[in-house]
Amino acid sequence: MNIINYISIIVIPLVILIIAFRGLKEKISVFDIFIKGATDGLEITLKIFPTLVGLFVAIGMLRSSGILEFITELISPILVMLRFPAEIVPLALLRPISGSASMAIATEIIKQSGVDSFIGILAAVIMGSTETTLYTIAVYSSSVKIKNTRGVIFAALAADLTGIIVSLLIVNLVPVLFLPFSP
Amino acid sequence: MLNILWPIFIIISIIYAFISGNIANINNSIFESTESAINVTITLLGMTCLWSGIMEIASKTKIIDFFAKVLHPVIRFLFPNINSDSKSYDNIMMNIIANILGLGNAATPLGLKAMNELQKENKNKDVLSDNMMMLIVLNTASLQIIPTTIIALRSSLGSSNPTMIIFPVWVSTICAAIVGIIFTKIIIKYTRN
Repeated sequence: MNIINYISIIVIPLVILIIAFRGLKEKISVFDIFIKGATDGLEITLKIFPTLVGLFVAIGMLRSSGILEFITELISPILVMLRFPAEIVPLALLRPISGSASMAIATEIIKQSGVDSFIGILAAVIMGSTETTLYTIAVYSSSVKIKNTRGVIFAALAADLTGIIVSLLIVNLVPVLFLPFSP
Repeated sequence: MLNILWPIFIIISIIYAFISGNIANINNSIFESTESAINVTITLLGMTCLWSGIMEIASKTKIIDFFAKVLHPVIRFLFPNINSDSKSYDNIMMNIIANILGLGNAATPLGLKAMNELQKENKNKDVLSDNMMMLIVLNTASLQIIPTTIIALRSSLGSSNPTMIIFPVWVSTICAAIVGIIFTKIIIKYTRN
């Protein structure tokens, strides 16, 4: 655990160190080039701001209206019939839509079920192996003013679904591979 | 995509809130959401400027040539029609490296920079190019070696072995990425004019 903590702390400074060092050694005008790149960064961020406002308002409405809970209740019985744990359903539904909301839900699930329980580990593995698909597609596309996304969302959702199903299968094997679950 | 999803999200939320009596929550959420969009943008602004600048330096050094050589076969497979001398090639490569190293704060800025370069080469500016689609799917796949955020969460909640999830996460991520890449290749093939 300490080693992994340490690696995650040093990796960013290390990357910057190597690049600054190589720049100096190869005698390029490091700071001028940095400023040129950073100016591009300014433009890119300003371009995605309207997308973020639009997206956050719509997702905020979905969350605060209570409709997500309603949909969860509606489809839970089907998923449970397919032996998908009911506790995980809200997380699976929210994961592609909202990063902060799914993190909050995952934390809640892990707290309630126990961090080393089957459900607790499953929630963690799902969070670790999936991304906020809708946000990524919207931000990437709108940063260059794309209107037609050619169905890329289906590929991304197929990946998310696979991530969730494989997480479920692999976490079932955890007691065989590692330790038994704690209650 | 969002031309359909966005109004649907809003309409079903507001109608449901009226029916269930949650309309006050919706009203509050509108103000909170615009505020959090500002907060996210400010954080992103600093990070994007920093990493765009750092990346610009890296692209002028020999570091980039080294990684270009190492990652060439992978990038050739994922992005078959990309020119290896182009700026977009460097940006895609740096984005993939940032993702794998778990530099979440750097990966998005570098990905957006790659999109910018890919758009310059794009023939139809309104439609995602093949390479853009692949880049987006790779970025939705969460390809990191160490899932640091979730390990930190497990540790803070008192897990007896917080890093135990690393191996299950790898298996699950790799399967998800493979399915994502296959689907993208299929969709690219059938939506090309």
